[in-house]
Amino acid sequence: MRMRNKQQTQLTKAPRGQTLLRNVKKNRTMLWMLVIPVTMCFIFCYIPMPGVIIAFKKYDYMKGIFGSEWNGFDNFRYLLMSKKLWTLTRNTLLYNIVFIITGTIFQVGLAVILNEMLHLKFKKISQSLMFLPHFISWVVVATIMLNIFGDHGVLNQVLNKLGLESVSIYAYENASKWPIVMVLLKIWKGAGYGSVVYLAAIVGISPEINEAAKIDGANIWQRIWYVTLPSLKPTIIIMTLLSIGGIFRGDFGMFYQLVKGQHLMASSDVLDTYIYRTMMSTSNMGWSAAAGLYQSVLCFITINIVNFVVKKVDPDYALY
Amino acid sequence: MSKLHSSRTRIKTSWDTKAFNVMGYTIVTIFALACVIPFILVLTGSFTSEKWILTHGYSLILRPENFSLEGYATIFRSPEKILNAYAVTTFVTVVGTVLSILLVTMTGYVLSRPSFPWRNGISFYFFFTTLFSGGLVPYYLLCTQYLNFKNHLYALIIPGLFSVWNMIIAKSFMKGIPNELVESAKIDGAGDLRIYFQIMMPLCKPMIATLALFTALGYWNDWYNCMLFISDDTKYNLQYTLQNMLRSAEFITKIAQEQGRTVASVPSESMKLAMTVVAIGPIVALYPFLQKFFVKGITIGSVKG
Repeated sequence: MRMRNKQQTQLTKAPRGQTLLRNVKKNRTMLWMLVIPVTMCFIFCYIPMPGVIIAFKKYDYMKGIFGSEWNGFDNFRYLLMSKKLWTLTRNTLLYNIVFIITGTIFQVGLAVILNEMLHLKFKKISQSLMFLPHFISWVVVATIMLNIFGDHGVLNQVLNKLGLESVSIYAYENASKWPIVMVLLKIWKGAGYGSVVYLAAIVGISPEINEAAKIDGANIWQRIWYVTLPSLKPTIIIMTLLSIGGIFRGDFGMFYQLVKGQHLMASSDVLDTYIYRTMMSTSNMGWSAAAGLYQSVLCFITINIVNFVVKKVDPDYALY
Repeated sequence: MSKLHSSRTRIKTSWDTKAFNVMGYTIVTIFALACVIPFILVLTGSFTSEKWILTHGYSLILRPENFSLEGYATIFRSPEKILNAYAVTTFVTVVGTVLSILLVTMTGYVLSRPSFPWRNGISFYFFFTTLFSGGLVPYYLLCTQYLNFKNHLYALIIPGLFSVWNMIIAKSFMKGIPNELVESAKIDGAGDLRIYFQIMMPLCKPMIATLALFTALGYWNDWYNCMLFISDDTKYNLQYTLQNMLRSAEFITKIAQEQGRTVASVPSESMKLAMTVVAIGPIVALYPFLQKFFVKGITIGSVKG
């Protein structure tokens, strides 16, 4: 018996090299099709990975990545001692948490309202309008901001007409109000777009359930609370989980374009903006690389935890 | 549909429904207005005279006494800059989108074939890059010091070329297409390239349309790569030109010098707005036609496969 088994494994083992060769030959067109993407991914994503060693070095332009001297954890120590890391992590985390919560509420809310709308033309037009902010870059949003909230902006114009004092949100004393501005802008830019995903999920709910609820005497609020929202739960969960995976990544475009001036930094500097600024302005690449590595590792850990939990609760929603 | 019908034929709507409708329509109206009014303000502002903006502020309605084309006149008096930026953005958008779609759908095609033996391994090879990255510094050093990205137009194209998420969308869409089609073509003697171009591509039109639109939008709105890699101002793209205009007083000084006028006489406010209109013009103009693709696209993207 054992002999036969051995023989069998040998039999299957022997042609394995040949199988590989045959497979390669059989699939050569498909392999050729993959050459460029695989190479690109290797160059731009995998080659930089060992580059994280810069975080442990005193980077010197002349000596390059590998020639620069090691300095152990000095870069991290600097970030910790200067309390930068704490502020940046706190800002990134808090902003993203608030963005996720307010965004989800607004998107789901809009989707539910749009779904109940019977005036189809109104629904379509309003949806188109709410979509518009998604199509412009943060650069353009920054112009619009200046337009509305700048010193000559619409807001001040209205305030002046009403006989009130003008407000300059770019001024020092208003730095603490920036988080609110950011949250509002994020909602403004993302709600119309996000609501489409939820609307698609609502349309997928079979109408019989709503019909039955109606016959049983449920009013519109009860139908939303007991039928629509529960059936949206899976979509809400998966969308939230996806955003939690990136909770340590700040929206660079937003923070970089909107925040102007040193005095606003304390309340609106996130990891991404710090990494970019330090890389571009100081001679110490090491600090920037250290912050970058810290962020990458945090992201990697969170996404794995999220995935692990999801897999435990409902394997269908796991990312990998 | 039936739900819609039944509530329409119902004679009496209860007060709950009425309350909900009042609230719903109000919220949606306010939000939709909040989304569109800023665009109208930018548009009218770009046609308003500088003097009017500085004394009266922006207004929603254009009147003969505040109408002026000086914003546009200023940016088009020395049009090289803007035409250049337009040329760069258009070139990058067109070339980038075409190449990106080719690469993304090709990869999606190969990885969606059940007969391809290494599909899981290679899928993970791509997917892993979304989980962990080396960070900005190593990437930047690689691109600038080893790959010669500085001041080359391909620096604006290559970074956005291959999106793993788009590839996953393409892959899951192609998985939904019956494999028998591919198999029968194979029996008829078609190679993989032929199957990809002549069978898959036509069947994937809706997916390709939406991916292409999203990719094109990404290229059109890109300023980040330009900021990282380009310092030669003849190679600036549209968004970066706009950003420079907003950020630096230098830009206005430069314009004043080029046009031989004093800095104070440059209508900076209306010029900024005119530039914004120029930068978002094509998107907003095409928007009504493209919108249905976008709506479809988001729903395609949200289907996990």
